[in-house]
Amino acid sequence: MNEKGNLLDIQGVSFRHTAQQPVLEDVNLTIRHGERVGLVGAIGSGKTTLLHMIVGLLKPNQGQVEILGQTRSSERDFWEVRERVGLLFQDPDDQLFCPTVQEDIAFGPLNQGKNREQTERAVRNALSLVGMEGYEDRITHHLSGGEKRLVSLATVLAMEPDVLLLDEPENGLDPVSHERIRSLLLSLPQAMIVVSHNVEFLASVTTRCLRVEDGKLKEIVV
Amino acid sequence: MSCTTHFSGHTVVHRLDPRPRVVATLVFAVLIALSGHYRVLCSGVAVGAFLAMLSKLPIRPLAKRLLRLNLFMVVLFLLIPTTSPGEPMFRLLSVPFSHDGVHLAAGITLKANAILLVFTSLLGTVELSSLGHAFHHLHMPAKLTHLFMFTLRYLDVLHHEYVTLLRTMKARAFRPAMSVHTYRTYGYLMGMLLVRSLVRSERIMAAMKCRGFRGEFHAYHHFHFHQRDAVFCLTSAIVLMLFAFVEWISGGVAR
Repeated sequence: MNEKGNLLDIQGVSFRHTAQQPVLEDVNLTIRHGERVGLVGAIGSGKTTLLHMIVGLLKPNQGQVEILGQTRSSERDFWEVRERVGLLFQDPDDQLFCPTVQEDIAFGPLNQGKNREQTERAVRNALSLVGMEGYEDRITHHLSGGEKRLVSLATVLAMEPDVLLLDEPENGLDPVSHERIRSLLLSLPQAMIVVSHNVEFLASVTTRCLRVEDGKLKEIVV
Repeated sequence: MSCTTHFSGHTVVHRLDPRPRVVATLVFAVLIALSGHYRVLCSGVAVGAFLAMLSKLPIRPLAKRLLRLNLFMVVLFLLIPTTSPGEPMFRLLSVPFSHDGVHLAAGITLKANAILLVFTSLLGTVELSSLGHAFHHLHMPAKLTHLFMFTLRYLDVLHHEYVTLLRTMKARAFRPAMSVHTYRTYGYLMGMLLVRSLVRSERIMAAMKCRGFRGEFHAYHHFHFHQRDAVFCLTSAIVLMLFAFVEWISGGVAR
C-alpha cells in the first residue's frame, strides 16, 4: 500500500433501507494516513450506517467504496478490509461474545491465522495497551460497563488494524473511564473515524469534524 | 441470575481435567440407567456420595437439589406401584401396591440419586465455560458446542432485558391478574424478547464478521493432562468396569 495514498475513499455513495427517504445520499469522504475524523449528527442520521458500509456489513445502493487502495464491492473484497479496519460497536455486549476476556481478544488474531504464541502475545499487548493487564481470565459478562468498553477496544486493537472506526466509544461511561478512553485514543497512532454526540470529546481526540445531516456530510468547526 | 456454578472450590476434584470427567460421568450415567440390580445401584449411590464428599460440595444447595428430586420420586412411589399389574406387596388404604411396581420405583429412585450426585460432583464443579471447551476438545458436534457457549454468554443479557421490560411494565402500573389483558401483555413481552434476541444475534454476527470470522472457530483454550488426571482415569475405568462386571454376572433377571 502506498503510504501517501488514501486509506479510504468514498465517492458518490447513497444508501437507503427501503424505498423511502435515503439515509445517505451522494456522500463523499476521504481519509488519509494519520487523519482522525469526528462524526456528529442526530440519532438515525446515518453515522453508524456509514461505518458499517466501510467494513461491508451494509452495501451502498450507489457509489464507489475504495479502501486501502482497492475498490471493494463483494463480500470477499471485504475480508481483507475487516482484518485491517477495526470497528468498535456501540454496545460492547454485541462485541464480547466469548466467556472469558482472553478468548474474546484471541478470536480476531486466530481468524487472521496467527499461531498460538503470536495470539498470546497479541492478547497481552492489547490488554496492556488499554491498561487492563490481569483481566485475561475474567468472565466477560461480569465486567462493568467501562471495563467492557475497554476490553472491546482491546479485541479490535489485537488485530493491529490500520484504521479504527469507533462508534460512540465514550457513550455512557463514568468520568474516569471517559478520561481513560480519551487519553487512550490520543496515544494510538492509527487513522480513525470517531462517532460521538459529545462535541467536546471529538474536538480533543480528532483533527477535523464532519456533521451528518439530511444524508450529506458537512465539514464543521468545533 | 448468573451462569457461574454454586459448587466452585479448590478440591482435588475441581483441579481435575474436565475432559475425563465428562467421559466418566456419561459412561457412569449410561451404566446406572441400564442397570437392574440393587447392588450396582447402591454402589452407584455410594460412589456419588463419596465424590460429593471428596469435592466438598456445600451441604445446603446439594440438599436442596436432592430434596427436589426426591419429592418427585415420592410421586413415582405413589403412582407406579398402584398402576402396574402384579402381586400386591402391601395395601395402603385398601389400595394394592404391586411388588414389581415398588421395585421399579425403588430402582428409579436409586438411579436418579446416583446420577445426580455424580453429575453434581464431577460436572457441577467445572466452570461452565471450561465445560464448553471440554466438549470442543472431545470433538462433540461443533454446532451444539457453540450453541452451548452462546447460550451461556447471552442468557444473562437476555435475562437482563427481560427484567428491564418487566420493570417498565410495572412502572406503568401493570399488575398481573387472571385476565386477557395480562395474557396479551405477557405475549407481547415474550414476543418483544424474541425480536430483541434476533436483532441482537444479527449484531453479534456482524461484530464477529468484522473480526475476520468466516464460519470457523479456532480453539484458544488448552487443557493440561496431569498425573492426577491419569489416576482419575484409571480409577474410574476400574470402578465402571466393576459395575459392568457385577451387572453381567448377576444375570439377566433383575434384582
